Amino acid sequence: MHLVLFLIFAAFCLAGAINLLLQTHPINSALSLIVVMSSLAVLYLLLGAEFLAAAQIIVYAGAVMVLFTFVVMLLNVGEEEKTHGSQVAKVIGFPAVVVILGVISTIVLEAQKHLGGVSLSDGVTTTQDLSRVLFHELLLPFELTSVLILIAILGAVALARKEGHS
Amino acid sequence: MNFWFFLLLSILKVALVLVVFLTSVAYTVLLERKLVGRIQNRWGPSRVGPFGLLQPLVDGAKLFLKEDMIPAGVYKPLYLLAPLIALGCSLLSIAVVPFGEPITWRGVKLFEIADLNIGLLIILGVTSISVYGIALAGWSSNNKYSLLGALRSSAQMVSYELALGLSLVGVVLRTGSLSLTDIVKVQSVHGIASWNLFGGGQILAFFIYLTAAYAETNRAPFDLPEAETELTGGYHTEYSSMKFAMFFMAEYGNMITVGCVATLLFLGGWTSPFGDLIPPPQNIFVHALMPILWFVAKVFSFLFLYIWVRGTVPRFRYDQLMGYGWKYLVPAAMLNIVGTSLIMAVFP
Repeated sequence: MHLVLFLIFAAFCLAGAINLLLQTHPINSALSLIVVMSSLAVLYLLLGAEFLAAAQIIVYAGAVMVLFTFVVMLLNVGEEEKTHGSQVAKVIGFPAVVVILGVISTIVLEAQKHLGGVSLSDGVTTTQDLSRVLFHELLLPFELTSVLILIAILGAVALARKEGHS
Repeated sequence: MNFWFFLLLSILKVALVLVVFLTSVAYTVLLERKLVGRIQNRWGPSRVGPFGLLQPLVDGAKLFLKEDMIPAGVYKPLYLLAPLIALGCSLLSIAVVPFGEPITWRGVKLFEIADLNIGLLIILGVTSISVYGIALAGWSSNNKYSLLGALRSSAQMVSYELALGLSLVGVVLRTGSLSLTDIVKVQSVHGIASWNLFGGGQILAFFIYLTAAYAETNRAPFDLPEAETELTGGYHTEYSSMKFAMFFMAEYGNMITVGCVATLLFLGGWTSPFGDLIPPPQNIFVHALMPILWFVAKVFSFLFLYIWVRGTVPRFRYDQLMGYGWKYLVPAAMLNIVGTSLIMAVFP
């Protein structure tokens, strides 16, 4: 049952990712990205990480992508033109991708022999465990990250503010 | 537990909830027309059937038989997808709502489609996804009024989602769980006195939830996405026949879901407001069905309030809407979180 669901949603995820690259209209690409995010959430759910799945939906599919589509709609971006791409990218790019993927997969497969399998449900998955780790053991890094985000927000406000406007 | 038995019972539950839900959607429309009619000193629909009770049926038949027009300039895939997303999201979140006591019969929960321990997060997630239905409808219609409506609605829903989510944190803090069943259980001890709204001291949170929920469902006084005096019909201007009906059903379905969530979170869910003052009924069926009666009564009162507000409060201006959401509701919700956690820390 889990394997079937995994295969279905992994296929969704890959199809969405490929469609994201192939589409010429930005809004279609944005929607494909939503499909990718949502299927990822289902994969998290299959691994037993319920909170992570819900957060993935609420934050990425719900908030971030809504802003993407909002901007696309607001600017009324038209279709992109299809170019043939550079010859260099074709000659070097595709082999390079294959090589990198091969290296990564061999390393992962090699490492799996030594490390053995780990399922996510063995570790921190429930909302309570997660919040204990975040607010107890990793409190300082967590708060530092939020300060970082605050700085980014302040920067955005400072940049967006018009000159001479009180 | 037999898998096929589980599947059969689940399908039956889904079918039953769907039928009841869609019927209540139709009758909420009638309730609104009747109530707004009385508020404006007229009768509302009164011709079809006794007191106009068959009006929803006739409306449904009319919408089915209308010509389904697709304008020439629309972007067809998304134009067709948008009403599906809107209605789908509206129907999805009712799946995690428990309607009655968690009674299990042969390993299957009877009064709930799915009991998840992150039920509240699922509802928030579905709410955040439902923006796409409206946004895509407005964009793909290739109409300036639709686009304006869609832009307004996306901005409004993203802004008020924050206040909505933050207003629920107080309730979650008091319960220590995201499961809707647990949230109701905490409030079931002393009847009305232990409801989160009164005994739990979440009155501020309830007010914020109420306001944010009106904005999330695009209802008056926050119905700017479809402000008919400025935008003809807003995001659904170019839709006709059943596609329009799907948006309509989605809106009223969202109203009912919001009412269910408010009932579960603040009004004690399916528990009796009298607590132990009235002894529980002896008959097992009455005992099982009484909670559903309380639940429906509470949701009905909430819908009544919804329509009452629509009939009496004038529409906000757009800058007022944004200012109100960001400058008052969000800080008030944060204040509520700080206050609740302080009280819980001092009196554990």
